[in-house]
Amino acid sequence: MNTQTTDAGINIHTGRIAPLNQANVDTDQIIPKQFLTAVTRSGYGKHLFHDWRYLDQHEQVLNPEFSLNKAEYQGASILLTRENFGCGSSREHAPWALDDYGFKIVIATSFADIFYGNCINNQLLPVQLKSNEIDQLFAAVAADPTVAVTVNLQEQSVTVNNLNFHFDIAEQHKTSLLKGLDAIGLTLELDAQITAFENNLPKWQTA
Amino acid sequence: MATTLYDKIWQAHIISAQQTSATGEEGLIYIDRHLIHEVTTPQAFAGLDAKGRKVRCPQRTFATMDHSISTRSLAIDACGPTNKLQLQTLADNCEKHGIQLFPVGHQKQGIVHVMGPELGLIQPGMTVVCGDSHTATHGAFGALAFGIGTSQVEHVFATQTLKQSKAKSMKVQVNGSLPIGITAKDVILAIIGKIGHAGATGYVIEYTGEAISSLSMEERMTVCNMSIEAGAKAGLIAPDQTTFDYVQGREYAPKGDNWTQALAYWSTLKSDSDAVFDTVIELNANDITPQVTWGTNPGQVIGVNHPVPAPSDFSDPIDQDSAVKALKYMDLVPGQKLSDLAVNNVFIGSCTNGRIEDMRAAAAIAKHGKVAKGVTAIVVPGSVAVKQQAEAEQLDKIFIEAGFEWRLPGCSMCLGMNDDVLQAGDRCASTSNRNFEGRQGRGARTHLVSPAMAAAAALAGHFADVRDYQ
Repeated sequence: MNTQTTDAGINIHTGRIAPLNQANVDTDQIIPKQFLTAVTRSGYGKHLFHDWRYLDQHEQVLNPEFSLNKAEYQGASILLTRENFGCGSSREHAPWALDDYGFKIVIATSFADIFYGNCINNQLLPVQLKSNEIDQLFAAVAADPTVAVTVNLQEQSVTVNNLNFHFDIAEQHKTSLLKGLDAIGLTLELDAQITAFENNLPKWQTA
Repeated sequence: MATTLYDKIWQAHIISAQQTSATGEEGLIYIDRHLIHEVTTPQAFAGLDAKGRKVRCPQRTFATMDHSISTRSLAIDACGPTNKLQLQTLADNCEKHGIQLFPVGHQKQGIVHVMGPELGLIQPGMTVVCGDSHTATHGAFGALAFGIGTSQVEHVFATQTLKQSKAKSMKVQVNGSLPIGITAKDVILAIIGKIGHAGATGYVIEYTGEAISSLSMEERMTVCNMSIEAGAKAGLIAPDQTTFDYVQGREYAPKGDNWTQALAYWSTLKSDSDAVFDTVIELNANDITPQVTWGTNPGQVIGVNHPVPAPSDFSDPIDQDSAVKALKYMDLVPGQKLSDLAVNNVFIGSCTNGRIEDMRAAAAIAKHGKVAKGVTAIVVPGSVAVKQQAEAEQLDKIFIEAGFEWRLPGCSMCLGMNDDVLQAGDRCASTSNRNFEGRQGRGARTHLVSPAMAAAAALAGHFADVRDYQ
């Protein structure tokens, strides 16, 4: 795994894929509710996909059938999945868990809106590709589980073997990921505009 | 140019000059109301503290405890030390930052999406956010309301704004009037069944049509609540006299001259008759029957008298694969009748169906009999106010006499962050909003239904058509 970054952000990442060949993976699956009582941002990786990954509640017995537990996918830094990934609850614990486990990038056919935004805010790059491109990536990793995939954010490309796919990303999200920006700090630079907006509100809206 | 209700609210809240990129319109929008709870805020407050930042508008921010609390005890340590720490952290943070908190035991405590509207905190035309996906509920008031992550919670704390990309617009029009026995829950489940679990991803939905405008505010909240279950950014219903009558006189509603001015503005909040939506969906109310989910996402739903579908009933291979997995997890076989399906748990409550009208609808069925042998049925009011009103109407007595448990307000078994958790193999008729694998407990099977259908299942011990009680 190799990540080339600018000061704090993501730019070019080369790593291996862990395939999760399922649509509609919801955030309850990514990180179940019993782990949401923590008050910190760290330590969720060991609970990632808890119900699928472990055969017991105490996380002692791995489920050998689950993709992430297979020997060939250990150390993978790119999660490959299907449509509507991250649907359901807004819990930011989901990207925290994916990041803490070691994923830098999630490639999917589509993402749920809130989850997508949460990824951006955590420097976890969500890459949306077309269904047939996702199929080709699943085929590539099935043929060679250790195949190296390179994701280039600046160029908005995913490269594996002789395949090269383009992905779209909003300019503000791209900039934020490339530069690892402090979103709040940037908005606070607009403080005068926010104050002016507030001063223009009718009295009944400020009561 | 003709504009939609969503356009109007968006325009009224844009702070920074709009930029239009290849991926659409973006802007910094002002947030009028920020609701918070214990689960999605501790890391946001910690982030503020780490940078020495303050909450910009504590007076626009309101907190309650709902997810991690017991429904059997008012003690904050009733669900163990981890839950207690989270609840105490919220209390400490609210005190430090001057935020009004309605903690466990407070007369105004409740599920965040039940408590907010009750107090008049939600008004037409507002932007409303909360670190909770069911913030979509508040679209019932013609407010642009959506769930956010914890980093965004921190952003709103510090700036009272959010950077947003403008969503596409979808009109969902439900024509005609609802048949007897058909509820708002059936309407929204039927809509999700039609457009799919991700059918509105990237959209803000506006619900219109006679069947929608004739709904009460509580029913409208049920519809908008589950907009997220179709993937929508938000759901909206244009405010009308029903909305104004609900808001007027509530604690945080405008009063006197402020009310008059507010009402004048709110009356302008509707889509122009010639406004163009990116997508339009139509349903006929007459076609809607009592809905029951059979699968593991809310789009996997059928009428109570329909047989459980087979994977081959779906044309999309992804849907077929999802159906195979769902049937296995739910332990169902294609063709099975829902009325043959035994339930051993019933949950009535949640931000979807925990309001007084939901309690009344469930009690109206519960009074017809007793909870079937082997069924555990709990009723969890959505707020202290709902609980008190239900008790004033003696609904609690109806439930208890029928064999239901009458609990304290909270999110409870909708997601089981407290001890209201199902066991593997349990099958539950639930008035909540998500039937995901493990949502109510690892290996437990959730079927989403209306409050009346849940009560009917409790009495019968299996799914039953609530129209038989009419």
